[in-house]
Amino acid sequence: MNALSWGAAEPHLPILVVVIPLVGALLTTFLRNGFLAWLVATLVAFTLPFITIHLLLTVLETGQPITYKIGNWEAPFGIVYRVDQLSGYVLSVIAIIGAVIMPFARRSVVAEIDERARSWYYTMYLLCLAGLLGIVITGDAFNAFVFLEVSSLATYVLIALGKNRRALLAAYQYLIMGTIGATLYVVGVGLLYVVTGTLNFDDMASRLSAAIVDPGQRNAVVTALGFMVVGLSLKLALFPMHMWLPNAYAYAPSFATAFLAGTATKAAIYLLVRVVFSVFGVGMTLENLPIGEVVIVLSIAAMFLASISAVFETNAKRMLAYSSVAQIGYITLGIAIANQAGLTGSLAHIANHAVMKTALFLALGAVFYRVGSVLYDDISGIGRKMPLTMAAFAIAGLGLMGTPGTAGFISKWYLAVAAIDDGMYSVVFLIVASSLISVVYIGRITEVVWFREPSKAAAQAKEAPLSMLIPLWLLAFATVYLGFDTRATVGTASEAAKVLLEGVR
Amino acid sequence: MRLDLILRVGAKLILPFILLFALYVQFHGDYGPGGGFQAGVIAAGMVILYAIIFGVHAAKRIAPPIMVEMMVPMGVAIFTGAGIAGLLMGNNFLDYTGFAHDYLHAHEWGILIVELGVLVTVCGTMVAMFYAFVQRGRS
Repeated sequence: MNALSWGAAEPHLPILVVVIPLVGALLTTFLRNGFLAWLVATLVAFTLPFITIHLLLTVLETGQPITYKIGNWEAPFGIVYRVDQLSGYVLSVIAIIGAVIMPFARRSVVAEIDERARSWYYTMYLLCLAGLLGIVITGDAFNAFVFLEVSSLATYVLIALGKNRRALLAAYQYLIMGTIGATLYVVGVGLLYVVTGTLNFDDMASRLSAAIVDPGQRNAVVTALGFMVVGLSLKLALFPMHMWLPNAYAYAPSFATAFLAGTATKAAIYLLVRVVFSVFGVGMTLENLPIGEVVIVLSIAAMFLASISAVFETNAKRMLAYSSVAQIGYITLGIAIANQAGLTGSLAHIANHAVMKTALFLALGAVFYRVGSVLYDDISGIGRKMPLTMAAFAIAGLGLMGTPGTAGFISKWYLAVAAIDDGMYSVVFLIVASSLISVVYIGRITEVVWFREPSKAAAQAKEAPLSMLIPLWLLAFATVYLGFDTRATVGTASEAAKVLLEGVR
Repeated sequence: MRLDLILRVGAKLILPFILLFALYVQFHGDYGPGGGFQAGVIAAGMVILYAIIFGVHAAKRIAPPIMVEMMVPMGVAIFTGAGIAGLLMGNNFLDYTGFAHDYLHAHEWGILIVELGVLVTVCGTMVAMFYAFVQRGRS
């Protein structure tokens, strides 16, 4: 793919990552036709992975970050877009998930969204995509906040358009929590701006070392760190700040759930890693605040308590949403351990979890398309009527448990190695124990869909249409493939982890 | 009904000046306080005042909802267009250097175009929100 020639567009690729979905969003507003809007969104979504993967490969080849000066203003004064190993990797994950699910969107959106709202729905999708990619690609703290808001505002609409009226309440809850989170983040940015006089991440990092020694400024820096970590934890749904997530995922339209579960929290995780490692530097973070310990405890709590909530859930989408909170716990656990293996595992899990969870939600979306419900009572025995859909669901479910031979195993393996490296043997036990709970909740839904007599609604269902099966099976196949060939995930993640840990002071 | 003569005549006198002031704020934006955002709000204020005095139906004749709805993305399109024009001229995104021969002159043009985009979007959004609130419970 690196052989692809971009010609004169080559130096402008970083900005095109954001501009293409933005222009696509504008086009969809003028078209005002659901099908044409879908066509534009698909075209845009399939262009982006080629650009992001090309950027990532270039960075991996040269080892140097790619920067792009907007308006040609020099670095600390203007906004700079910066693609390094980490951002190139997360960009690619988001862009690939955003593209793969597009064939699924057409029928699902027709079934779940009012006719007059359809083209707006794709507008919001593309704006959300532009926002998420923007968060990851920008090298400017305030610009990241702006993109955080762009993606969040679009997300609220995507959720609120769900057919169930509770979607409105869920979106409102998320609006309140998301706004608080973004506000806390921007308060932190403000404090850092007062201390360092800059908004550029790199420039900030180099000026912070001096600021932290000054006792007058030290408190401001530590407070800024606290604000930013809590604000971003709200956005990425770290336990116990996850209460907005289950309802938002459960009542959003199927397509929105599949997209958000794979990408939205991942962008917030990226920003947290960027702030803690690249701006503050872990060493400074850990000396001044016990953030590492706190996050480790919260992550483990998420792994257990959210998993247990998932076990007792009777709405399949809510069950997977709780499981997402638990899986985010694994990711933050590795970030908090903050050694090479831990970061590698966490970053690999960003991709692995995105693949598996999107596959699971796509399967449920296909079931919802045929049955009109995802409650356990209504979908019991659906496996006999939709065997291909539910087989893919089972494969992705195996991945979620961390079965050897799937993507989930790889990331958990690295997390366990990280815990051993740090001498935290109890954490290794807890990782395995919490995986066993995921066996219970995946096992329970597997029993419901395969071994029970079909319910009334399920008995009349047919297999999902091909346009839904293809993306679903692509992701199910990827779940297995990434369990064997880990060059794309672990390989890139360890490169990114190496670069991040070099910046540690 | 006819007792509001003073209001009607007064509003009719004021309306063009509101729009004129909006344009003044718009074009003054690069020298002093002002700019597209404030100008957009003032221009929207004109439509809203008209709607309050003469009724929403009259306002919808001068600012049809479909036009208002199109203004929202149109402003963003103008802004993005200025950025993309920079790209097409071989410069970076939002680099206005190619817009005129002189560097400063080019940047002034760039700012004016961008601010025009802001004016269109802000004005459209304000009026669209006003229409949405006024219509509640009617349709």
